Amino acid sequence: MIVRLVDGVPRRALWLAIGLLVLALAAPAFVGDYLLTVLILILYFAYVGQAWNIMMGFAGQLSLGHALYVGLGAYTAAALYVHFGIGPWLGLLVAAPIAALAGAFVGFLAFRFRVAGVYFAILTIAVAEFARIGFDHLGWTGASAGLFLPVAQYARNDLWHLRGHPAMFYYILLAATVFAFVGCYALMQSRVGYFWLAIREDEEAAKASGIDTFHYKMVAVIISAGMTSFAGVIYAFYYNNLFAEQIFGIGRSIEIILGPIVGGIGTLFGPVLGSFVLTGLAEMLTAALAAVGVDVPGAKQVFYGICLLLVIILVPDGIWPWLARKLGLKERQP
Amino acid sequence: MSALLEVGNVSKRFRGLVAVDRVSFAVEPGTIFAIIGPNGAGKTTLFNMIAGTSAPDGGSIVFAGERIDALPADRVCRRGIGRTFQVVRPFPGLTVEDNAMIGALLRRRHTETARAHAHDVLRRLDLYDKRAQRAAALTLPDRKRLEVARALATDPKLLLLDEVMAGLRPTETDRMVAILRELNRERGLTILLIEHVMRAVMALAARVLVLHHGAAIAEGPPNEVVRNEAVINSYLGVEDVA
Amino acid sequence: MSADVYLNVAIGGVLTGLVYGLMALGLSVIFGVVRVVNFAHGEMMTIAMYLAIAAFSAFHLDPLLMLVPIAVTLFAFGYVLQAGLINLFITRAEHSQFLLLVAIALIIVNVLLILFGPDAQNVQVAYAFDSFQIGRIIIDATKLYAGVAAIVVTAVLFAFFRYTATGTAIRACADNYTGAQVVGLDVRRLYALTFGLGAACVGAAGTILLLIFDVTPAAGPAYTLLAFVIVITGGLGSMPGALVGGVLIGLTEAMAGLLFTPSAKSMFAFAILVLVLLLRPQGIMGRGTA
Repeated sequence: MIVRLVDGVPRRALWLAIGLLVLALAAPAFVGDYLLTVLILILYFAYVGQAWNIMMGFAGQLSLGHALYVGLGAYTAAALYVHFGIGPWLGLLVAAPIAALAGAFVGFLAFRFRVAGVYFAILTIAVAEFARIGFDHLGWTGASAGLFLPVAQYARNDLWHLRGHPAMFYYILLAATVFAFVGCYALMQSRVGYFWLAIREDEEAAKASGIDTFHYKMVAVIISAGMTSFAGVIYAFYYNNLFAEQIFGIGRSIEIILGPIVGGIGTLFGPVLGSFVLTGLAEMLTAALAAVGVDVPGAKQVFYGICLLLVIILVPDGIWPWLARKLGLKERQP
Repeated sequence: MSALLEVGNVSKRFRGLVAVDRVSFAVEPGTIFAIIGPNGAGKTTLFNMIAGTSAPDGGSIVFAGERIDALPADRVCRRGIGRTFQVVRPFPGLTVEDNAMIGALLRRRHTETARAHAHDVLRRLDLYDKRAQRAAALTLPDRKRLEVARALATDPKLLLLDEVMAGLRPTETDRMVAILRELNRERGLTILLIEHVMRAVMALAARVLVLHHGAAIAEGPPNEVVRNEAVINSYLGVEDVA
Repeated sequence: MSADVYLNVAIGGVLTGLVYGLMALGLSVIFGVVRVVNFAHGEMMTIAMYLAIAAFSAFHLDPLLMLVPIAVTLFAFGYVLQAGLINLFITRAEHSQFLLLVAIALIIVNVLLILFGPDAQNVQVAYAFDSFQIGRIIIDATKLYAGVAAIVVTAVLFAFFRYTATGTAIRACADNYTGAQVVGLDVRRLYALTFGLGAACVGAAGTILLLIFDVTPAAGPAYTLLAFVIVITGGLGSMPGALVGGVLIGLTEAMAGLLFTPSAKSMFAFAILVLVLLLRPQGIMGRGTA
């Protein structure tokens, strides 16, 4: 199967990907603690951006409430751990379906009732906000006081309970990002991928070509939501505290979409590149400000906003298509 | 032999305006049937009802022995009716090959078999050499043929063509006519077309239906229909017959 | 609780709702004409609110006195924004425009955060705790003035659209972009003008709203969402609809705050939004599809 996947890929792209992978695998060995946390953040947004990209880039549905799925994943796994001692990997088995169900709910409401485009985006925001306020009042998960995971200092990494050195999280997120990347590539080559493209390009024409657009849009939403919830689980066990206000907030949803938009919606490398560029630059900015002795909360967000603005105005297709042309690579889809 | 498509007393109203008024006709399998008439006569509305894009307010539509008037567009396509649009709409950002692939994938699970079939279809429609080009970059005649290719790739039993000759120069019209005739002859593909270009209608159609103000005013073989007085008065005029 | 309390709260809700309506009116005007979904609407309102706060702390000027200058300032801001930036996006895909405003909103919120800090701020006007009594009904002075001010500004706006040449030209643009161009209207300038007007609306609304509520930078997105709920409920593109929606939401919020916990009151607004989107997307008074 790997041979089949790799078959159509130009040599250059393959070597580039392998090279990057090797670098990524070796990274924790020679970057400092701080940089490691930055890399973790980059991978987190690359993964989540890739998941979001499935809904937007492939099926053409603009979701501005993806924080909903992160939050559901995080809270489910965390609550199960705190109240029943259930480990995160088992918790994921519960969290992912819950998130997928939420996605199906949003999708069903939207697609059955023909809520599309900007209205769909607003609907996703409203549902996420609903969840935010809901969880803020939900006693079982800590309400507004927050949900805290017991942190234990282990001498070694506990993979089953996700307790341990940041490097462990790094490799997990790296694996997830690679998996998401390969998975998306496989999807794009498949029948489902083609149908998504058709729906994205022209839904009416897609229907006239026999595609059950409702069905395939739902598939996109469910996969996207389920994938995103995994990031939520990692989030919960990495930070060890959850606040509804933070995790479901619209700021988070916007952060999720920044990477793919800057990198290039609908492309494979886009979310990864976008996340890398944005998060990397943002951290440099914060570090630069700190070096001058200035702590400006909000500066990073302003930076994100300006980046988003510049990309939308100047490079609306994202950075990756431009970069790919320069490097002589080309992805199949626009 | 029973008709492939039977439209029985179909009507459509838009808030008081009767767009299609109790139209009935039948299309025999393996034939080419044309619908003509002045603009606003209700031809595309009729098409949309057959294709499932809109639902009739009255009457029935039977395809291959089963009623399809309540089915949505994608189910109708899966039953075996392919269609093109009056304002041509191939998938603009995708390549010619991808466009055909999407049609081909309807009845084929594997992308490789679908691709082979797509290539076949593209060759028939003279588009194989352009398969790597984006649809949006094609000329109008090419885009029209691409839409036909996409519809054809779904292996339809009936092909609905909505003014597929519009905007084509005479040589391109002839080319399209030749392709359609070949498809009809070799594959036995039944074709139902809306046309204004009488040259094509006379060359292709075995039967013609004339619509005016939503109602059928004449039906029959082309030579008879073009000599029909009502048709001449309402639509054709005296000198237009090719 | 006695009926009096319900009534008082309800009236307070309606008055507040009038101001919401004014805010939403700006959004409706912008969408109805320029066809831009202004995702930075609430953020623009917070700009106005902070301007009013600055004016109050520097010169002790009552927000109502600052109404016109702030509205004018926001008008300029909106005009420049549309003329300089958004006009470039007229021909682009819908979600492109939307994301443009998402970016602008993000910038505004955080610039305000940097300038004014995250804590809530408000103005303490002399009449902050006064109230009027009519029979058994007690009305807060601030809410009454706010409601009246909102009505006045709205009336001025309606008059503008009805009776001036420019107003008519703008309405022509809304009905038919190409047609308006064909008869020689400078559509881009009119778009800028309209966005400016919408911004002025929201500026006025913000200044007035400061009498009733505090402001934090995070309030921006919350008000944007509220404006959307109102406008979609009332009907996107319908000016009377925005007012009707505003009053409805103001009332709902007030009653929900009374019957349930105040912090959950926006849940009801969102529930209404979801219902409207599903069942009657054109809103109570909307016409056709957006």
